[in-house]
Amino acid sequence: MAQQSTTDGKKRRFLIAATGAVGAVGAAFVATPFLTSMAPSARAKAAGAPVEVDISKLEPGMMVTVEWRGRPVWIIHRTKEMLEILPKASDKVADPESSQPLQPEYAKNTNRSIKPDYMVVVGICSHLGCSPSEKMKIGPESGLGDDWPGGFYCPCHGSKFDLAGRVFKGMPAPVNLTVPPHTYVTDTRLLIGEDKKGA
Amino acid sequence: MKLLERLIAIAALVPTLAFANVEVPLDTAPIDTGDTASLQNGAKLFVNHCLNCHAASHMRYNRLTDLGLTEQQIKDNLMFTTEKIGDHMKVAMSAKDAAKWFGAQPPDLSVIARSRGADWLYTYLRTFYRDDTRATGWNNVAFPNVGMPHVLAELQGELVMEEHKAAEGGEGAHGASHEPPKLVLAQAGSMTLKQYDAAIADLVNYLVYMGEPARNSRVQIGMMTLLFLGVLLVFAYVLKKEYWKDVH
Amino acid sequence: MSKPAALIQWIDERFPLTANWKAHLSEYYAPKNFNFWYYFGSLALLVLVIQVLSGIFLTMHYKPDAALAFGSVEYIMRDVPWGWLVRYIHSTGASMFFIVVYLHMLRGLLYGSYRKPRELIWIFGMLIYLCLMAEAFFGYLLPWGQMSYWGAQVIVNLFAAVPFVGEDLSVWIRGDYVVGDATLNRFFAFHVIAIPLVLIGLVAAHIIALHEVGSNNPDGIDIKKKKDPKTGIPLDGIPFHPYYTVKDIVGVVVFLMVFTIVVFFMPEVGGYFLEYNNFIPADPMKTPPHIAPVWYFTPYYAMLRAVPAMFGSQFPGVIVMGAGVVIFFLLPWLDRGKVRSIRYRGPLFRGWLYVFIVSFVILGWLGVKPTDFLGKVGSTDLEWATLLARIFTIVYFLFFLLMPFYTAIDREQPEPDRVTG
Repeated sequence: MAQQSTTDGKKRRFLIAATGAVGAVGAAFVATPFLTSMAPSARAKAAGAPVEVDISKLEPGMMVTVEWRGRPVWIIHRTKEMLEILPKASDKVADPESSQPLQPEYAKNTNRSIKPDYMVVVGICSHLGCSPSEKMKIGPESGLGDDWPGGFYCPCHGSKFDLAGRVFKGMPAPVNLTVPPHTYVTDTRLLIGEDKKGA
Repeated sequence: MKLLERLIAIAALVPTLAFANVEVPLDTAPIDTGDTASLQNGAKLFVNHCLNCHAASHMRYNRLTDLGLTEQQIKDNLMFTTEKIGDHMKVAMSAKDAAKWFGAQPPDLSVIARSRGADWLYTYLRTFYRDDTRATGWNNVAFPNVGMPHVLAELQGELVMEEHKAAEGGEGAHGASHEPPKLVLAQAGSMTLKQYDAAIADLVNYLVYMGEPARNSRVQIGMMTLLFLGVLLVFAYVLKKEYWKDVH
Repeated sequence: MSKPAALIQWIDERFPLTANWKAHLSEYYAPKNFNFWYYFGSLALLVLVIQVLSGIFLTMHYKPDAALAFGSVEYIMRDVPWGWLVRYIHSTGASMFFIVVYLHMLRGLLYGSYRKPRELIWIFGMLIYLCLMAEAFFGYLLPWGQMSYWGAQVIVNLFAAVPFVGEDLSVWIRGDYVVGDATLNRFFAFHVIAIPLVLIGLVAAHIIALHEVGSNNPDGIDIKKKKDPKTGIPLDGIPFHPYYTVKDIVGVVVFLMVFTIVVFFMPEVGGYFLEYNNFIPADPMKTPPHIAPVWYFTPYYAMLRAVPAMFGSQFPGVIVMGAGVVIFFLLPWLDRGKVRSIRYRGPLFRGWLYVFIVSFVILGWLGVKPTDFLGKVGSTDLEWATLLARIFTIVYFLFFLLMPFYTAIDREQPEPDRVTG
């Protein structure tokens, strides 16, 4: 039976701590693959691969929706009039300078786009994830008042966004719509989901 | 005496298991899944010669980056049927057409090396021979009366079975020394037989890799895990010794 | 009072935490002479945990659908990050479970751990073994390869051999006229929830029963007979914690090293843990040339094949196979020896036990092979393999059936008073 006299308590505590520590490291090593297995698989990644879109037939004032990673991405061909109105709306929107990092560096400007004409934005409201409806007509025709600069209206909780995806002040949505990484493969072919090669 | 012989025969049979129905002795495939040059060459042979009829429907093109290739290289050199790098290796041929042309749908090759084994594949792909009694004009030593023609004949050339060794069952059914049928080259292909063997080794190497792409990393991680457990064992053992001092 | 102690007291007032800790670990007195064979109980528990955990993560990716199942396994092997590891852990774990459990059962045979008063521990253990077999059988269909499919086909058809209702019974089990999508779906349900629930309950019962009567030991003597008159603690007992916890940790690490070697370097184990033909998708039109169950079922499979059809029915073979498993339940009542442990048994029991182990192994090996692999006996139609299987099946049953006689007359040695290290 246990003989207290020969027991070296210090040594035992050390050995327990050491074995426990090595064992804990082992447990962490074991947990990692299991938890990592829940991350997107190669299939999810392949399905979420960049999408190439031909925009040569997209008329000014029109928009097209493509699916990227299961979400709607809007490509809007803005007219001159729409572009001119954007700076004027700046004092009504919450984050006119796009200071929140919701767009790649190359789209951090008033138009929130690489080329001023083409706006690329993820059509998911920054509030609770509904997809806003298109209200691109400027003025009373939109049904959103005479001074409506054109943009989007979220049917869920009434958030409004302008044609650069900027949210108006005092809306439920806290921040602007997200601009996804995108790049022009050619003048009329747009690749969504990938930055410029090497960038 | 008879019984003793039986027992020896039993002992000799112990290691063999799954391919009991294959009569021919198999050549050992000289493969090394760590050899990226061989795997790359194998992948090239695979997409050029096999992928026309056989799919590898669980294998994604971008997985080939395992072989030290960039996605651009894969797109430029190995992809003929699709533009998306994340796609599976599918074939254009419909299952119905395939069954009509070959009598059966060519099997998917994703895990063929796991069901058939490297040695069988290596032997099979090198033992096609001319046989005019077959609709395709070809037969095979490892896979008698196979439906597939010899698509690599252009590389290997044409082999024929040596006359007096013509296949017959009967006597050799349970004999230990079963002479392999002998094939001789009747018409040379674009490769020498030695080059062809090397090419097939690469192809089989690739098939083995494709059967289990995680294979190489699995072995590496296994080494690390064993090492770690070795350390843990030392601590655990010393801890046990310390406590068991008490027990007399 | 320190904070942890206060927390424990708070819990103890509501839940018997300390009481359970004492009853099952720190004041559960186990004989001090446990040897190598006594690792396998805790290892079986470890493998159960491994299987449950890896199973949960496989379930997140696997699809129990005849059209998708095979592909989803390859998806796990290729596309899911680390999926190959989770899958190999589970497939290796299945075989390791049986290795550990067979050794654990053999320990029971060697040291008479099934004898009075441990009959219920043995019965719970046998029920666990039955559950494991069911679990393995149901799980084996899930990869939906050729071996999965035809294995299930053959086993379900065993039920068709039951007189009168057999045909209807097998259709009811399959939910279809052949093994199909419905079968796969229900086997999935049994494999991932129904059987594991029962299994975990039985494991709890097994341990509770064990801790009620106390552990046996390699000497097979009752350590509770010699207690310290002051403390009432068995003189040959040591608290399970810390002594056997630290010892079992060593066993666990060694086991994990073996497990690692299999998982990382030889997950197929030459076709025994993962059969080659199971990498061919299930094809109801084509049976593989040679089908055999996974190694842990093969002793019983050999018995099944050994029995010829009688009265135009396969049922006798099925009965013999079933009896081969069920007869283990009777062991506590068949054994009439006065001592428990092999150490003090006489030559008759020893001889029979070794013969039994050899028969079990040979039957297992015969079950792996096709019946014609040894040729025929002389000029008769009887195959050698079948003849051998018959001989060893008879030996297997004689071990049990003759036990009441040979254990009663065996020349046993006297047991010691105290355990012998």
